[in-house]
Amino acid sequence: MKLHPVDSDALVTCHHVTCAYGEAVVVSDVSFSLDAGDFAGIVGPSGSGKTTLLKAILGAVTPVHGDITMRDDARLGYVPQVESVDWNFPVTVLEVITMTRGRKKWWPRITEAERVEAEEVLDRLGLGGLGGRHIRELSGGQQQRVFVARALFHRPDILVLDEPTSGVDVRTRHEVLHLLADLHEQGMTVLLTTHDLNGLAAHLPRLVCLNKEIIADGTPREVLVPDVLERLYGAPMHVLEHGGMPVVLDHANEAVVRQFGGRAG
Amino acid sequence: MSAIIALDLTEPYGFEFFRNGVLVAVIAGALSGLLGVFVVLRGMSYIGHGLSHAVFGGAAASAVMGFNYFIGAGLWGIASGVLIGRIARKRLIGADAAIGVVTTASFALGLALLNRYGQAQRSIEAVLFGSVLGVKTIDIVAVAVVGLLALGVIVVGYRRFLFSTFDPDVAEVTGVRVSWMEAALMIMLSLTILVTMRVIGTLLISALLVIPAATARMLTNRFARMLWISPVIGASAAFVGMNLAYHTDTSASAMIILVGAAAFTLVYFGLGVRGRRRVAALGHL
Repeated sequence: MKLHPVDSDALVTCHHVTCAYGEAVVVSDVSFSLDAGDFAGIVGPSGSGKTTLLKAILGAVTPVHGDITMRDDARLGYVPQVESVDWNFPVTVLEVITMTRGRKKWWPRITEAERVEAEEVLDRLGLGGLGGRHIRELSGGQQQRVFVARALFHRPDILVLDEPTSGVDVRTRHEVLHLLADLHEQGMTVLLTTHDLNGLAAHLPRLVCLNKEIIADGTPREVLVPDVLERLYGAPMHVLEHGGMPVVLDHANEAVVRQFGGRAG
Repeated sequence: MSAIIALDLTEPYGFEFFRNGVLVAVIAGALSGLLGVFVVLRGMSYIGHGLSHAVFGGAAASAVMGFNYFIGAGLWGIASGVLIGRIARKRLIGADAAIGVVTTASFALGLALLNRYGQAQRSIEAVLFGSVLGVKTIDIVAVAVVGLLALGVIVVGYRRFLFSTFDPDVAEVTGVRVSWMEAALMIMLSLTILVTMRVIGTLLISALLVIPAATARMLTNRFARMLWISPVIGASAAFVGMNLAYHTDTSASAMIILVGAAAFTLVYFGLGVRGRRRVAALGHL
């Protein structure tokens, strides 16, 4: 286990952040920083404060203690859970992408420059030519990518995703993972929350394990270990290795552990 | 038979009250259609219904206390609209129940006040069902001003209204002041009900907020198109309804709503199951 020191030159820095809803503390004394080019996932059980911490970073929740600082000109591009999207709403892909740029516009039409830029973003995400489609006419992977495209059209320094693989099928999960890896390769800083340890978290370069407070912060190999997982989830868990990557199993998978061996919890 | 053939469609236009009534109804139809897009897409049809009942309380109170109708009912309506918007947003205590209590209490207060102090029967009927006979120049000016105001606000804030209707949480973190957009919408809605109530009436105004937009939703998958199709349907229903009401000697507001409902039914069955699925309309209807 390792805890990253807080870096004051970072893109985003949380200093002893505590968040509460009324009397109930959901995030307690959290300090961590995100540097430009990082690709990090916040993992933890349901109710561990992942989404609250993300909302605090986004500015939608105000910490009751501590503070969050962001590099002066840093912009955030936020991708919500696809489960929260109203797929019946009458909007096309192009309308979804361009709606982020409304604050300084006094005429509603999509300008030619915006159209060209939106097409570039769509092409980059493999959605070229789909701008005129209604959002429900797309596949699961394409739908997820539309919301990544909207965030990118906002020209962000950090891409923030809330449970990007929640409620999606296996194929879409692979597509999302590859897309994020590509964006990271191109220099994008990515921060996401996930409860999907094997399907998503184990593939990320850095994991922040959160259960109200930070339990561990490091690479998957460093933090996906029985000791950390037991403290994170409050139950013993096993970790196997497959293809050089950790695979987390809970006690329901006892038979698999006996057959293949593992780092017992 | 000969009476029907000899029907002179231009006859009612010889009366000033009818010309004024048609003008107000058409602008009111377009305005309700425009704001109805947001009412339908936000799934808040009950707010339009509740708001019109709340405005009735304000109208009655201002009549009894001798206040100017537009000032008294307007302030009451705007206050109720903003309050309803806040209650609906917080979703703490079952917004529909809270709105039901607030608005029906306001309606009941209006009814009691008119019974006790007003020229009850006439005033109540006029407010409940509207009256084209009572249209004055001030009504035309009021509905036109609110119509232009709503159009201007929606054009200028188009993307912010779209963003905060479609995805309020992300809009908020992207810098859109969602609560301001909602307050603006509720104020426009209250003003619309205020200026159209004397013609359409409290009981039927909420239908005019829902029917054109719901019909438009079935005809397009694009928000921008819905914003002009819905006012066109609203204005057309008002125009046809007014004329039918004159020739059949029935209530204008009832006829306007019936024409709108007929258009809705025609589009609904005209599209068929496949058509409705294509426009992905069922989630909002």
